[in-house]
Amino acid sequence: MEPAAIEQKDESAPAIRAGGVPVAFAIMLALIAAAPFVTYPLFVMQVLCFALFACAFNLLIGYVGLLSFGHALYFGWASYVCAHTAKVWGLPPELAILTGAAFACGCGIVAGSLAIRRQGIYFAMITLALAQMMYFFALQAKFTGGEDGIQGVPRGKMFGVLDLGNELVMYYVTAAIFLTGFLLIYRIIHSPFGEVLKAIRENEARAISLGYKTDRYKLMAFVLSATLAGVAGATKAIVLQQASLTDVNWPMSGEVVLIALLGGLGTLFGPVLGALIILAMQYKLSSFGEWVLVAQGAIFVLCVLLFRRGIVGEIANFFRIRL
Amino acid sequence: MSGKYVLETENLTKEFAGFVAVSDVNLKVERGTIHALIGPNGAGKTTCFNLLTKFLTPTRGTIKYNGQDITRLYPADIAQLGVVRSFQISAVFPHLSVLENVRIALQKKRGGSFDFWRPASVLNVYNERARSLISDVGLSAFENTLAVELPYGRKRALEIATTLALDPEMLLLDEPTAGMGHEDIDRIAALIKAVSANRTILMVEHNLSVVSNLSNKITVLTRGRVLAEGDYKTVSENPQVREAYMGTGHA
Repeated sequence: MEPAAIEQKDESAPAIRAGGVPVAFAIMLALIAAAPFVTYPLFVMQVLCFALFACAFNLLIGYVGLLSFGHALYFGWASYVCAHTAKVWGLPPELAILTGAAFACGCGIVAGSLAIRRQGIYFAMITLALAQMMYFFALQAKFTGGEDGIQGVPRGKMFGVLDLGNELVMYYVTAAIFLTGFLLIYRIIHSPFGEVLKAIRENEARAISLGYKTDRYKLMAFVLSATLAGVAGATKAIVLQQASLTDVNWPMSGEVVLIALLGGLGTLFGPVLGALIILAMQYKLSSFGEWVLVAQGAIFVLCVLLFRRGIVGEIANFFRIRL
Repeated sequence: MSGKYVLETENLTKEFAGFVAVSDVNLKVERGTIHALIGPNGAGKTTCFNLLTKFLTPTRGTIKYNGQDITRLYPADIAQLGVVRSFQISAVFPHLSVLENVRIALQKKRGGSFDFWRPASVLNVYNERARSLISDVGLSAFENTLAVELPYGRKRALEIATTLALDPEMLLLDEPTAGMGHEDIDRIAALIKAVSANRTILMVEHNLSVVSNLSNKITVLTRGRVLAEGDYKTVSENPQVREAYMGTGHA
């Protein structure tokens, strides 16, 4: 073919540089390793659970462009199932967490199959409606304990050897679960599958015209996201030794949007930083009661108005790196 | 491949709530030609295009590709058969690099890419082919630039490189020179000419000098119907066409 040769007058912005991710990951790893000696392990464990939850949510919104407004369903229900199987069935924690995640996976297949038939706001509304249905089920069902939730979930021994009753052991197990989930998401994003997801996010009609059956890719991403949200919720049930209605209700679906948005949609580390900030704020401001919600609302508005890329997104953009 | 015609439609019709956008169109696209679809605004050209690539479902009529009835297939299936379309608005993946844009199409050779556990580096085998396609359209210096940062004309060049990555038998180009300046138009026209070897091209185009220079055959649509068909000379001398579309002034 005859090359259409043109003088290259490069007027575009500098290219994205590599190397941001390993540095950021090393920093995160160091902070996670040191955190229990600096602050309350229980607080950091919660942050890690929410961070994984937000990372799973971000896999959908940030890398496929799907806004799910019902992710509390997978987080909260995995938490119930995990708590129930650990407490009533006497399953060891690793199996209880897996059962919770498997349940979230099943819910993801059903809800995802229905929701991906629609786009945009309708997609979000279907995910919300299905999540609310399951919320009312959680409210009414016997085994969930209604308003009381499930209390006194035993932590047990992981793999029969790791005594999770020990706060530090519990902490590092939680950290390991978080890191496994985080790295899995990194792998998903940077896989042949992930490349197709990004193409769908960028221009779905074009992806179809290149021969991709985009619905199948979207469903797969939805199920992966729901399952990982389930892992986060189930782990939280073991950590806090309880499962409650809060985790399955719609404000939780909103909170995860806020966390991901504040940190930076479509960034690897954004949801982690977002979870840390939001949970720290809830913790520090807990004595002010409802004012936490006002502060969160203000942050939400500021994010949307001033830094739409989120904190990590703005940093990445400033240094022309990917984070 | 056999048969004189690559793509044939029979009584292709699309109605939108009582309004007939495309009516009884019998289009025959000959193998190895550049076939242009022209007509005034609202003539149904883009609708016709969307029907051919199944982005819309026809109300009536059939579409045959290489003799095979494709009327009931999904858009992604059409692409896999070798009919790939472009869009009126440039269809790139804005926040992927130029290389990544082309690679998405090359990646289709693997079949489905559901392997989320493999590193993306397995796709590096396509880099060489991607670079050669990128250089064919004159974008080598922009390999790592995000598509969104390219000027308009270059986005369209990238789009063509991406489309060619699939090595389609047939290309459907929806207004390939829309919104371009002179310099870009000439470049894209040369590119279309170059890629038409061994391929069949059906394009919707407003720029009549591009149409007259490139196309072997022209079909004129007005109000969803075929008004005239033939080479540029025949069509441009048709009084009905002159009246409906070109006025009388265009030479």
